[in-house]
Amino acid sequence: MILDFEKPIKDFEARISELHRLAGSNEGLQEEISRLEAALEAAKKRIYTNLTPYQRVQVARHPERPNFRAYRDALADDFYELSGDRLGADDPAVRGGLARIGGHPVVLLGHDKGADVKTRVASNFGMAHPEGYRKAGRLYALAERLGVPIVALVDTPGAFAGRGAEERGQAWAISADLMELARVPVPVVAVVIGEGGSGGALAMCLADHVAMLENSYLSVIAPEACASIIFRDAKRAVEAAEAMKITADDLLAHGIIDEILPEPLGGAHNEPGAATEAVARAVEAALSKLSDSEPEAIVKARYERYRRIGAHLSAGEIGGAPAEPSLGGVGE
Amino acid sequence: MPDTESGLASTDGVFTKCESCGEPIYEKDLASRFNVCPHCEFHYPLSAPDRVRLLADAGSFQGRDDGMLAGDPMGFEGYEEKLAAARKKTGLDDAVLSGTARIGGHGVAIAAMDFRFIGGSMGSVVGERISRTMEFAYDEGLPLVVVSSSGGARMFEGVYSLMQMAKTSVALSRYMSGSMPYVSILADPTFGGVTASFATAADVVIAEPKARIGFAGARVIESTTKERLPEGFQTAEFQKEHGLVDRIVHRLALKNDLERFLGLLS
Repeated sequence: MILDFEKPIKDFEARISELHRLAGSNEGLQEEISRLEAALEAAKKRIYTNLTPYQRVQVARHPERPNFRAYRDALADDFYELSGDRLGADDPAVRGGLARIGGHPVVLLGHDKGADVKTRVASNFGMAHPEGYRKAGRLYALAERLGVPIVALVDTPGAFAGRGAEERGQAWAISADLMELARVPVPVVAVVIGEGGSGGALAMCLADHVAMLENSYLSVIAPEACASIIFRDAKRAVEAAEAMKITADDLLAHGIIDEILPEPLGGAHNEPGAATEAVARAVEAALSKLSDSEPEAIVKARYERYRRIGAHLSAGEIGGAPAEPSLGGVGE
Repeated sequence: MPDTESGLASTDGVFTKCESCGEPIYEKDLASRFNVCPHCEFHYPLSAPDRVRLLADAGSFQGRDDGMLAGDPMGFEGYEEKLAAARKKTGLDDAVLSGTARIGGHGVAIAAMDFRFIGGSMGSVVGERISRTMEFAYDEGLPLVVVSSSGGARMFEGVYSLMQMAKTSVALSRYMSGSMPYVSILADPTFGGVTASFATAADVVIAEPKARIGFAGARVIESTTKERLPEGFQTAEFQKEHGLVDRIVHRLALKNDLERFLGLLS
């Protein structure tokens, strides 16, 4: 799939490969190829260093973007998958199990969007049902039981909104996960690898260290839905994405996340190995940093981290600037 | 004609008409019954001050954290105007009132949301006041009562509104590490980020009759999944049938119901 703003890049690439086919040993054409290659690099740089928030959302949703499986394979020396919510179902939109990452035994889980048509449909495009959130909750409890850190990879358009999901308590399943993450006495490391859609994402990223890939997003609501509610026009999603401040840059500036992981030029889908490598390094570093902390200190720091996020003016402060939220990450 | 607090349009300043049963209602009757229709018992929205009046022993409510106002962290177009209009309409600082009260003589920490204030949406002020209520209740060893009525997160505050789910969850999690009870009361409507955080993570979940409660709204579900939704979908009765709500309690019986529960534990 080619995104609108990627077209100039794809055009250059097509022309270069066409010339390669024709060129042979023709030196004139070789020169033309070099010229086009330079132009291609310049176009990539120009386009990818100036993405608008909504363009980043499109990159985050790119069907070829590396998914949970790619990161799992890159991060984990071994992944011992565990299935089911122990209440009657297994939701493939959430996958998890035990893994070893950089020498640390961990519980690794994440939203799985699937890899091809069949698995995408089976995993409901990463939109989990309550069973998926209960599976996550069960894995959080396992991490506590075994005293191992939790590593969560976030990539969901949102928790699924459907009849069955409501009948089986979608909101109850998410709130239970939030309560569990709030108190679990082991390090929690989260990376937003693609879409961070609302409560369904937060149920996996209330964490001690939150990293975001450069072109991922984290938002209270999809920009299209925000536009249709606030501007009464879903087509104004570009403005909504801008207004809600949902990019990694914005979230770092507001003190909501700890770290931005740069993507290869052209986005993670253009060079998956570089993206998975960056995530692996960041996760290992966060695990090493958190592994020395006492459980009580971790939970206390997590409490303070989230407790202070807000933009409100207390009675005494009115007229002044809103209190700038700051990070309360462990080790700071 | 000015609207009544119930949200019903006043026909002549004296009478209004029930949208549920169509019967004319003497407005003073509606107000004295805390916005419950005297003919069909339909529960109209109740303001946060009236909710406190309904539940607290007379004169026992003491507000805390009044005067806290929302910032505009995203500089979101139209938000300041929206806040100003909501403050003017409701006389409240934001979509929640909080403090301490006695219910049948039992001391409690209480917070009540107000749907009239930008749809009862949860922004930083709602998240902060509810979290402070939970912390105060934990520190003082008080039972906690939260009455929710909310369309969900306040998207004008962008990711700050999402993070209020995390904030209230850490505060509630600490409260729940103690041994005092948390009763969550769900009024029409309660959805989104509020149901997916503190409103459902309670020891006891009470809902008002026919209150609509859920994660996503029925219209969103119908338009995205094209599913046919059954009669009474997401009503309090539906959620109780699905094992998600403990009790359905008529608004005028709510105070007595809470007194019974608190009495059992005292």
